[in-house]
Amino acid sequence: MDGKQAGGPVVDGVESQIEKWRAHLRRSQAISGSDASELEDHLREQIASLTDQGLSGDEAFLVAVKRMGAIDTLTREFAREHSERLWKQLVLPGDGWDGASAAGPAYGSRRMWVALALAAGAAAAVKLPSLFGISLSERMAPAHQAFYAHNIPFFVLPFLVAYFAWERPLARASRLFLAAVFLLAALVVNLLPFPLPPGADTETLMMIHLPIVLWLAVGTAYVGGRWRGSERRMDFVRFTGELFIYMVLIALGGGVLIGMTFALFRAIGIDMEPYVGSWIAPCGAAGALLVATWLVEAKQSVIENIAPVLTRIFAPLFALLLLAFLGTMLFTGRGIDVEREILIMFDLLLVVVFGLLLYSFSARDPLARPSLLDVIQVVLVGLALVVDALALWAIGSRITEFGTTPNRLAALGLNVVLLVNLAGTAALYARFLRRRVAFVRLLEWQTVYLYVIAAWAAVVAFLFPPLFGFR
Amino acid sequence: MSINKDLVAASSTPLVLAILAEGDSWGYAILRRVRELSGGELEWTDGMLYPVLHRLERSGLIEARWQEAETGRKRKYYRVTKAGRRQLEEERRQWRTVDRTLRDAWSALAEFAGARWFVPLREGI
Repeated sequence: MDGKQAGGPVVDGVESQIEKWRAHLRRSQAISGSDASELEDHLREQIASLTDQGLSGDEAFLVAVKRMGAIDTLTREFAREHSERLWKQLVLPGDGWDGASAAGPAYGSRRMWVALALAAGAAAAVKLPSLFGISLSERMAPAHQAFYAHNIPFFVLPFLVAYFAWERPLARASRLFLAAVFLLAALVVNLLPFPLPPGADTETLMMIHLPIVLWLAVGTAYVGGRWRGSERRMDFVRFTGELFIYMVLIALGGGVLIGMTFALFRAIGIDMEPYVGSWIAPCGAAGALLVATWLVEAKQSVIENIAPVLTRIFAPLFALLLLAFLGTMLFTGRGIDVEREILIMFDLLLVVVFGLLLYSFSARDPLARPSLLDVIQVVLVGLALVVDALALWAIGSRITEFGTTPNRLAALGLNVVLLVNLAGTAALYARFLRRRVAFVRLLEWQTVYLYVIAAWAAVVAFLFPPLFGFR
Repeated sequence: MSINKDLVAASSTPLVLAILAEGDSWGYAILRRVRELSGGELEWTDGMLYPVLHRLERSGLIEARWQEAETGRKRKYYRVTKAGRRQLEEERRQWRTVDRTLRDAWSALAEFAGARWFVPLREGI
């Protein structure tokens, strides 16, 4: 009989029981794939020896499992010995055999090398113009300053698109679309006749809004061209949030690195400032974006997304802030001090609330029932709407008095765009709390709105300059 | 006979090292050898051997490799390292001292007690 052979295949019923036992073991993070293999090998040998002594397969399995010890005790012992495993670690390619993974490492390491190569490419691209006499330095000619200011996104983002295009299947149509968007944008930006030295209002507006347009274009590459469906767009939103947090962390590390560079070289009497300003900082920032992208993708399933966690902490706090603000206004009878740039402050408030909602939606289980956090968020949206309405009302009559400058119009437009979004969100959210609509409707509303934001950013970037005569 | 958990734990390192010093081996075979050596008196829960092996591996006293066994399955074999042999010598010295001290203590106690009510215990040793 097969089952009697030492360590060989045992009877089918036992085989599936072993399988279950192993799956149970693997539920603990403390026991790795190779540990489970080792224990399984032991179990099989024990079973084989017991069946040799005349036990049936089932009996042998039961005795062997009993001798192995309770799984709880076992996992506790393993956890004590391998406490590092309880912290999820980012496994870099080539970190060794896990007993279970088969095809993974080679592909993973290829991804890492491609990302690093593209990061080096982006860093080199930033310095490329210096071959043509346009170099980054403190005493740049105004025309050169303008060139860099306008083209920063074009040095870096194409490499990001290239990474996604390599990493996931991207249809020909999407590739052409992306190439067209980038080429067209680059042409327009460089052909617009802004006055020198740079710094016109519409020029600054363009430099703020152009990256937003291009970033949403990068989104098409991220979702592999399948832009339709709120789930895919939400993935891109999640990616953006994590990328932002990784960039902040990398920037912190980079700051320490640059500080050390200064300090060390000053010790031997060399001033590194020119090199840091023209080489290390710009090239490092460009490369960091690619590295951060790769990191976000690599650790996607390993580490909990941090952006939604932050929103959970801050959504209630912002609601409290707005409540306190409104309360103080009512109590003291103070009105909003209308200054020229007041609108921008309220725009920022709406942007923050929009972001808080977006990222809390991104992590919410669409099928979950309404919870306390949902109530808090509805309150937050409601308060933000009230505060913004008060601000608009206070500014209202005086906006014409100040005259329509490009800045003011852009700020007002953004305010309207976000106000419409938040009003829609509030209405849908309230209906969701009363269980009238499914949560998915909210997700759709928020992610479809990305189009509106892209459109508005494009209008400001490309139409405002000619409209206002490049002021 | 059941043996105090602390004693089992304390003796596990020298025992495993000594067994591996006889030749490379794997988990199941090590346990079988423990049972043989102790005449079945020293009972380990099978699973608990592995955290011990991993601890020794981590501190560099033994090293492991995956190799195909005669059953056709992959099996993790352990071998004792140079550092492990040194550790084994050290453990041996310590255990010998403990053993000698205890023996002396028992015999002193036996003489002191006049060996009347203490007889059963002496036979137990």
